[in-house]
Amino acid sequence: MILDPTVIPASDRSILVQFGDEISEDLHYQVFLFTQGLLASSHQAISNISPGYSSVLVRLHHKTTLAEGMDTIEEVLKEEHSGDTISQRTVEIPVCYEDEFGPDLGRVLKHTGYDKEELIERHTSGMYLVYFLGFSAGFPYIGGMDESLATPRLETPKKTVPAGSVGIAGHQTGMYPLSTPGGWNLIGRTPLTLFNRSNPKDTALHMGDRLRFRTVNRAEFESLGQSQ
Amino acid sequence: MSLTVLKPGFQSTLQDLGRNGFTHLGIAPAGAADSFSFRLGNLLVGNGENDTGLEMTLVGGTYYFNQSVLAVLTGSRFTATLDGEDFPFFKAFHVKKGQELDIGPSQDGARCFLTVKGGFHVPQILGSRSTHLMTRIGGYEGRDLKKGDQINFGYSTTSIEPEKLEKIFEPDRSVLRVTKGLQYDRFDNKIRDVFFRERFKVSQRSNRMGLRTEGPEIKAGITDEILTEGLPIGAVQVPGDGHPIISFVDHQTTGGYPKIANVIAADLCKVGQLKPGDEFKFQLVSMAEAEKLYFEQESFFQKFTESSS
Repeated sequence: MILDPTVIPASDRSILVQFGDEISEDLHYQVFLFTQGLLASSHQAISNISPGYSSVLVRLHHKTTLAEGMDTIEEVLKEEHSGDTISQRTVEIPVCYEDEFGPDLGRVLKHTGYDKEELIERHTSGMYLVYFLGFSAGFPYIGGMDESLATPRLETPKKTVPAGSVGIAGHQTGMYPLSTPGGWNLIGRTPLTLFNRSNPKDTALHMGDRLRFRTVNRAEFESLGQSQ
Repeated sequence: MSLTVLKPGFQSTLQDLGRNGFTHLGIAPAGAADSFSFRLGNLLVGNGENDTGLEMTLVGGTYYFNQSVLAVLTGSRFTATLDGEDFPFFKAFHVKKGQELDIGPSQDGARCFLTVKGGFHVPQILGSRSTHLMTRIGGYEGRDLKKGDQINFGYSTTSIEPEKLEKIFEPDRSVLRVTKGLQYDRFDNKIRDVFFRERFKVSQRSNRMGLRTEGPEIKAGITDEILTEGLPIGAVQVPGDGHPIISFVDHQTTGGYPKIANVIAADLCKVGQLKPGDEFKFQLVSMAEAEKLYFEQESFFQKFTESSS
């Protein structure tokens, strides 16, 4: 069931539904259920939703008033949400941690004090959770990184980070589905297409996925990249 | 039926009213940066309000018409000539096959729109023809126009009589009205006072993702960052350097900076017309007032949308 969240206008065309103010799997579960409820509902009042760590932003259809939006949200919150409908996928992400793909490996090794082998071992041994997709198309917000790998983000962001880059920023690890500017420490790259322009709805990762990283060498990286 | 791009202008993209329903995948709505002017364009050539138009920024570009068509320019006034003769704004005009429309630099705000009868014809991606530049989807091959591009137009699905406008709207861009942002309470009174008293200047680094400002520093309380949450369009985010950024049509779908305010929906068209160097102030209004202003603006198009749906 969904707990009683705070529901407040975020602007004159959007409403924030806030379940708490911390990163936790319990809150994520609430956010997940409510997001699924909104996506499954046929309510015309809503045009767009953005789940976050502990909240969901609901953007209104251009004819909907804030009061109507509030009513719709209350209705969806009251609906029955069964946990049985949650598919807990575990997705394995191959990563090549070679230096050419990880220009900031040196910085992370220096900051953590680990050698490269230990870094890869710690990065690939974690079971991660995709809290939500946001920021840019298909970009996963991932939790569960070994705390000892935390490294401050770059002081000067790179102008271009290649698509598929895997990085660490503060206590987070993540991947870039698109080639964009970015300030994360890059430690490797996945050959997987995380966002597919010819089928944009089919993102490689979904909210609620469990995720593991697996180390691959250069040859496997090439062949996996070609076989897609 | 098509036009050919002879010169592309500074940044010209095909847009409609945006791509809805996919922000939970991180896909921004995009859409016309000044939807009011965009919709006026469709109204004036008798299109449906969501038919695809050409948005031009700062410098318009030169376009060769391979076919005759009813066309109109709306938005900020740019210099504009058709085969050397002045081309009007806000007035539908029959462009003939073989004519060249040259749209020069802006004489006013940041953007103008070229709309043709039937709209521009490009594939729909997730229900919209809007270009999202960073994702490289929608519009013409997911990018801004280049010399030599040939854009099809004229598959009109509607038979609405073009409207004539008696009144042209020229909103005051020196004031952006805002409601309180989600983290308004994290900013103390002194900071809020600076925020609403001082003038801000639009930075050169502004684009369709966000309007960056220069001017007074707005420093949040103890923490600079919040838990990442959904970002509304018009959100006035305050990053660590204290220079507010207004999230705009191509915005990231979520963000981690505190939001002191949110530009009201009725004033988003002004954000699309602000250009680097322009100065403006923020003015606080209540949520109820903001909503009233939004629906007043929408009512202008009521008759138009009712007749086309």
